[in-house]
Amino acid sequence: MRYETPGSIESAVALLAQEKGRAYVLAGGTDLLVRLRGGYIEPDLVVDVKRIDSMRKITAEGGGFRIGAAVPAAELGEHPGVRKLWPGVVEAVELIGSKQVQGRATMVGNLCNASPAADSVPAMVAAGAIATIVGPSGKRNLPVEEISTSPGKTTLAKGEIVESILLSARPPHSADAYLRFIPRTEMDIAVVGAGVSITLDDKGVCKAARVALGAVAERVLLVGPAADALIGSKLDAAALDKLAAAASAACRPIDDKRGTKEFRIKVAGVLARRAATIALERARKS
Amino acid sequence: MSQVHVTAKINGDTTEYLCEADETLLDVLRNRLGLTGAKEGCGTGDCGACSVTLDGRLVCSCLVLGAEANGRDVRTIEGMAHGETLHPLQRKFLEHAALQCGICTPGFLVAAKALLDKNPDPTETEIRYWLAGNLCRCTGYDKIVRAVQDAAAEMRKG
Repeated sequence: MRYETPGSIESAVALLAQEKGRAYVLAGGTDLLVRLRGGYIEPDLVVDVKRIDSMRKITAEGGGFRIGAAVPAAELGEHPGVRKLWPGVVEAVELIGSKQVQGRATMVGNLCNASPAADSVPAMVAAGAIATIVGPSGKRNLPVEEISTSPGKTTLAKGEIVESILLSARPPHSADAYLRFIPRTEMDIAVVGAGVSITLDDKGVCKAARVALGAVAERVLLVGPAADALIGSKLDAAALDKLAAAASAACRPIDDKRGTKEFRIKVAGVLARRAATIALERARKS
Repeated sequence: MSQVHVTAKINGDTTEYLCEADETLLDVLRNRLGLTGAKEGCGTGDCGACSVTLDGRLVCSCLVLGAEANGRDVRTIEGMAHGETLHPLQRKFLEHAALQCGICTPGFLVAAKALLDKNPDPTETEIRYWLAGNLCRCTGYDKIVRAVQDAAAEMRKG
């Protein structure tokens, strides 16, 4: 295995594109090193992107924030601007693993590891986050929900790297929230995760919404009908009932020891409703 | 496989070593540098027995490559006491008998110090959540939490 620490994204892309063997990007390493040490992968090349300055930063952009792919969860959680603008994304990131894991794990790593149960992904999808991808043929932007296709699989081509995530500016009275169900209080993998982002008008009517669910399908789902249930309402009981029903209807989960199919479908509705209620309280104050 | 040459600050001392590209920082500390305080419990980032700080950030050294430490500042349990003088956390762990077999103890101490460096007056809930990534199979966690609270109180008095 070769270990490389390029100083620019262009040289990182070139290393990955030119490698004939198995090449992996190393950001926080909290998934990659487990697979490496467990013998599940045998890389010929590992490209550490943490020496690329632009990928280590959180920068203000157009009223929102651009999060570099090598920014660890702990650093994101310490950023007052991101916490204020996108509290749901930050609370999702802060549910990933332990404090030790959060010292290393990155949001982009969580995205590209392509687990349907990744905590930060439903929150990012609800937030309408955009991934900036750099590859041999240049730069492109892609909504985060179009990155993962199934467990461990992404739409990224050979040599492509997600450089950063853009969390955009928000109109007034906007907020988001993320909730997950696990059988313990900490340090577990989501049985169901739900991210909700809403914008209210001056009268408190919901004018925009996005709802995303994790761990209930082969990838994180953006659930249009669940968002439609909220738009035009004041998130009253009837709208929340419709939201919960639409969220449950979108699920096609696995059935395993951590949660039965029936349980996951039910809980997806419950969590979507609760996350929407939290987002509503936050939006009223923002 | 060619080895990687690394220069890192370890507990304040500039240290040079050669390691394999796929070797973890934990294995480098234990097998090449003789710093055997950090332990391998799980090797997957679940147990926290290998906790160290990397540029001041609490991490599992089993999930860091030795090569990644080049130019970085690594702090381990071996750097916690000043000579013969134990850190207040170490003293309080002894006073409260907050350990039995001791395998998890270096990780708990490094993690608890990282918490108190950031938050000198944590609530019990904050301590328990912060230490959720450190597993102990002997004592239960109560004495550990009491020891951290007691050390924090003493350190706040200065």
